[in-house]
Amino acid sequence: MNDWNAVPGLLEVKEQHDETTVVVELSQLVGAATHLRDEAGFNFLSDITAVDYLGWGEEGVSGYIGTAGGRDMNTPMTQGHQVVPLAKPKRFAINYHLLALQQRPERVRLQAWADEGEAVPSVIRVWPTADFHEREAYDLMGIAIDGHPNLKRILLDDDWEGHPLRKDYPLGGEPVRFSEER
Amino acid sequence: MAATEPRTRGRRPIYEGTRIPTPIPTVLRTTEQMLATGDIMTVNFGPNHPSTHGVLRLVVDLYGEDVTGLEAVIGYLHTGFEKNMEQKTWWKCIPYAPRIDYVSFQNNEYVFVGAVEKLLDLEIPPKAIWMRTLMAELNRIHSHLVWLGTSALELGAISMFWYAFRERDLILDLFELVAGYRMHTRYFQVGGLAEDIPRGFYPEARKFCEWMPKAVDDYETLLSRNKIWLERTVGLGLLSRDDAIALGQSGPVLRGSGVDWDIRRAEPYLAYHQIDFRIPVYPEGDVYARYRVHMDEMRESVRIIEQCIDRLENMEGEPWIADDRKIVLPPRHELHTSMESLIHHFKIVTEGFRVPEGEVYFAIESPRGELGCYLCSDGGPKPWRVKFRAPSFVALEATATMMQDALIADMIAIVGSLDTVMGEVDR
Repeated sequence: MNDWNAVPGLLEVKEQHDETTVVVELSQLVGAATHLRDEAGFNFLSDITAVDYLGWGEEGVSGYIGTAGGRDMNTPMTQGHQVVPLAKPKRFAINYHLLALQQRPERVRLQAWADEGEAVPSVIRVWPTADFHEREAYDLMGIAIDGHPNLKRILLDDDWEGHPLRKDYPLGGEPVRFSEER
Repeated sequence: MAATEPRTRGRRPIYEGTRIPTPIPTVLRTTEQMLATGDIMTVNFGPNHPSTHGVLRLVVDLYGEDVTGLEAVIGYLHTGFEKNMEQKTWWKCIPYAPRIDYVSFQNNEYVFVGAVEKLLDLEIPPKAIWMRTLMAELNRIHSHLVWLGTSALELGAISMFWYAFRERDLILDLFELVAGYRMHTRYFQVGGLAEDIPRGFYPEARKFCEWMPKAVDDYETLLSRNKIWLERTVGLGLLSRDDAIALGQSGPVLRGSGVDWDIRRAEPYLAYHQIDFRIPVYPEGDVYARYRVHMDEMRESVRIIEQCIDRLENMEGEPWIADDRKIVLPPRHELHTSMESLIHHFKIVTEGFRVPEGEVYFAIESPRGELGCYLCSDGGPKPWRVKFRAPSFVALEATATMMQDALIADMIAIVGSLDTVMGEVDR
């Protein structure tokens, strides 16, 4: 077992669904990533996922969100409301899914939290494969990646406005080209 | 051609150290020295070109026929699957998943369903587990056949395309027999299978298993010692073991670079821990090694399918879906007699089932490599965030490393050997 306490900038270690999540301070992210690669053997970066928690636990976002202690379909006698999910520290979570590619494989999720406009340091020097993943996080979620040598949109057009995977991006609201009055 | 190991002839040894370009790992820049010659021509390749496997665009700097610079430009097939899935109930998300990678659709369907089940902590009946394994392996052969046919076609072996698609049709017939659809079957349901396995499936599947190894022998006869094929694949697109890991490569690309890694064995899911199969590994790290991995995997998949049929034939009459009324639709006949079943049916269809709050990352070995699905739920009937870790997306990051000292004609072989599906790259 790994000693997570040695990870620089450690805030919290969560265990859920047989998965370990190591939450670190945003400013210490590169240090934590380097530590996990060199000391704990996580030589393989599977994926980077940014999540927008804007409106998390508020009404009408993803179904019938109600009051605390409210409704849970899987527990009888709690009809009426649904349970409000736990509050999140900041708006964006950025998750690094790491894998120790070795005889005894192990996975861990490295997590950091960022607010709107807060720069996330690039881990491209730790795992070169982070290049496309970080560009995608910037393109679709608007995460400002600090220190990326080629930070530009990857999936959308260069002149696209907004970041579609954000929760406040209007659905069906993109302008139709060539439709303006002559 | 000499009978002894023709394929080692002229094989370039794998390089020392790392060749990943700096500072941008995915962009190969033409050197100042080359630019100074004044003979560099920048060519736009794609996005609409028959050998780009969809809509990949490569911006290539050429010095004569030598590739001196390269950048992959993607996004031409971006359809916003992940955003769409946030607007649908968990149930209605299932048909989206296979369409992301329309060649290995069954594996994509499984990774999403499997991730939801992980979040739900749901127990799956053994019959469903074995049938899912069988379908996933059939789909692996299907995907490899499409890869083999199109990649060989691009290198001039036109007949391979017809042979590969002949066998592909047999697999699609099996899918049609099981699910009624030839592609995008939506056969996996959260909790198990959507329907029981139809009568007559096992004999048909056995017939296929008998035929398929012979077909692979035929392909190998046509290609493995074919001089043109060897000239076009051996020693090209080199990627060393360490570079493959640093660039996050997986699947046949990783195994073609000599890394003995397969999620089916390293972190077994479905029934793989009860199955006897071999994992082909080739250390040469070139296009030919990747070709060999694909061919061997097809043979192994046939062996896996045979073992699945052996087990499934003894499971006649067993349940094929979990018995959890909060998640799985009640049997049709109960709706006429049971009020409770009718309510459950109505709730699941209209509102959808709820998935407890939490986040999971679930990874499987798709035909292209590590296919991961990240799910985040707020406890509601719709996913908060869905993210697919697409192996093709990552594979394209290796183009700049592999294309060093390649000719423009080699570029086709190298991009082909990565086995990318643009639907999955752009999502």
